[in-house]
Amino acid sequence: MAVERQPIARKPRNYALIAAIDFAFLALVYVAAAVFVLLVAMLFLELVRGSWPSLQAFGARFLWTSHWNPVTSQFGALPLIYGTIVSSLIAIVLAGFVGILAAAFLAEFAPGWLAQPLGFVIELLAAVPSVVFGLWGLFVLAPAVRNQIGPFLIHTLGWIPVFSGPVVTGTSLFTAGLILALMILPTVTAISREVIIAIGGDLREASMSLGATKWETVARVVLPASRVGIFGAIILALGRALGETIATTMVIGNRPEIVASFFAPSYTLASVIANEFTEANGAVYISSLIELGLLLFIVSFVVNGLARLLLWTVMRERP
Amino acid sequence: MAATVRQSATSGNLRFRHAASTAGTLVTAACASIGAALLILILGYVALAGFQAVNWSFLTQLPAPVGEPGGGVANGIVGTLITVGIATLIAAPFGLLCGLFLALFGRGWFPETVRFLSDVLSGIPSIAIGLFAYVWLVAPVRHFSAISASAAFAMLMLPVILRTSEEAIRSVPRTVREGALALGLSEFSATMRIVVPAARPAIMTGLLLAIARVTGETAPLLFTAFGSPFWNLDPTQPMAQLPLQVFTYAISPYKSWQQQAWAGALLLILAVLVLNVTARLVLNPRRARR
Repeated sequence: MAVERQPIARKPRNYALIAAIDFAFLALVYVAAAVFVLLVAMLFLELVRGSWPSLQAFGARFLWTSHWNPVTSQFGALPLIYGTIVSSLIAIVLAGFVGILAAAFLAEFAPGWLAQPLGFVIELLAAVPSVVFGLWGLFVLAPAVRNQIGPFLIHTLGWIPVFSGPVVTGTSLFTAGLILALMILPTVTAISREVIIAIGGDLREASMSLGATKWETVARVVLPASRVGIFGAIILALGRALGETIATTMVIGNRPEIVASFFAPSYTLASVIANEFTEANGAVYISSLIELGLLLFIVSFVVNGLARLLLWTVMRERP
Repeated sequence: MAATVRQSATSGNLRFRHAASTAGTLVTAACASIGAALLILILGYVALAGFQAVNWSFLTQLPAPVGEPGGGVANGIVGTLITVGIATLIAAPFGLLCGLFLALFGRGWFPETVRFLSDVLSGIPSIAIGLFAYVWLVAPVRHFSAISASAAFAMLMLPVILRTSEEAIRSVPRTVREGALALGLSEFSATMRIVVPAARPAIMTGLLLAIARVTGETAPLLFTAFGSPFWNLDPTQPMAQLPLQVFTYAISPYKSWQQQAWAGALLLILAVLVLNVTARLVLNPRRARR
């Protein structure tokens, strides 16, 4: 009477084995993540270890003495910090202005058929290797700064001390700022664009329905509403500019001095490392250079951490 | 009466406001065009200057000493391929596992920490990561090596692979996974045989973008792979690298070397553009994000 039932699976499954494989798989994935965290920790610790001799020799003095002199083994990073910050600030002012407006255009004004390819092209700018930017900066931009842009700015804005000149070489703090601006423009544009798009449609509709023009809506409602995220984008771009190495090295002139003029050669933390590391002799010299790297690591860790937290709070979904 | 007066007052004002709106739009359009125009300008310049210097011997010969004509960057091209290849072999499986972790374990303090560190790591200057590779892998053995460059590159690729593979796996509908589990597949089989294959195009996109990010990266190579004027295929020894050759040729005072720098730059830019366009347009047309 009772129908004899055939088992559906042809061979019996070894559930213990399957459970063991599952467990091993999840454990492997978990361990990979733990190793990743360890790697980042190790990145920091190895840099500390490498810069230990210099940390001991100079202590905090390293940060605010201004003699970078390998011959006498005196290493103070102040001129390098100055060059790094000022070149990045020039870049941020230029790229921030252009990038935010470009993002507003791509997100708000441009029709879809234009916004898509234009945004893609701007983002491709981020893919250009920095050595190519440096090459172009050295042979095209630097002569332009020396012959046209520099004299023009001195002529028109010469009453501002930083534009007082004279322009001696094309490689200068200002040239580095220009190249950096180019390199961080895609970062500012792409992230600001996403932030602006993430602002809901209701704000826009409310503004338009109250009679504001499209421009007024963007300038007085949408951009102010997305200011936290745009600030995050700017900070992120700042982090990129601070640590950029090769392009800056090729166009900044590489002289560890603090000069008021933007058209004087300068030096950055990263470009000192790039230029001097392979020729450095002596434990203190090498470890001073590694300490510059440690400084860069700490600064960009803080800057990027801040930027990510800002962006995470703005974007409802994680970026 | 009062109403008509106000009416005319606003209509003059309105004309001004509309003009301002148009002007504002044009200014933003100009800003967006600046970015695109500059890319085209740079690409055009590199293409022009590069094509004049690129030739068969440039692609197939070893560097010539200063003063001698000809010579090429063949060892640099091969060296870059090897270094990036090893980096990919390290970073791809490891990054995918971490991406799986983020997708499977979701929220909680540990995944959030991993996510945060990954995002922060993507912003750490490549030169600092190069120094890390130096202290970790070069200083103990007292000589430069391609493998240390690969380690630095892998570190640079990890954040990209991690986050793109997480997103790719997350974008596979939950129901697909649940369906697989309901049919009796184990967690392992459901993930590796159903979910990951479904997410493969997006994972490949991330991988290609990660490769594009390190191809052409120069700063960490200075004190890891170091460069070499010879043929060397042993990754435990210093190895020639194309980006390094472009860098040293560019800042050299010799005209012939500077021309070779342009040719090398052209190769780099072509490689990076091909990788980017393939990743974004061919593999995954919908995804235009970095």
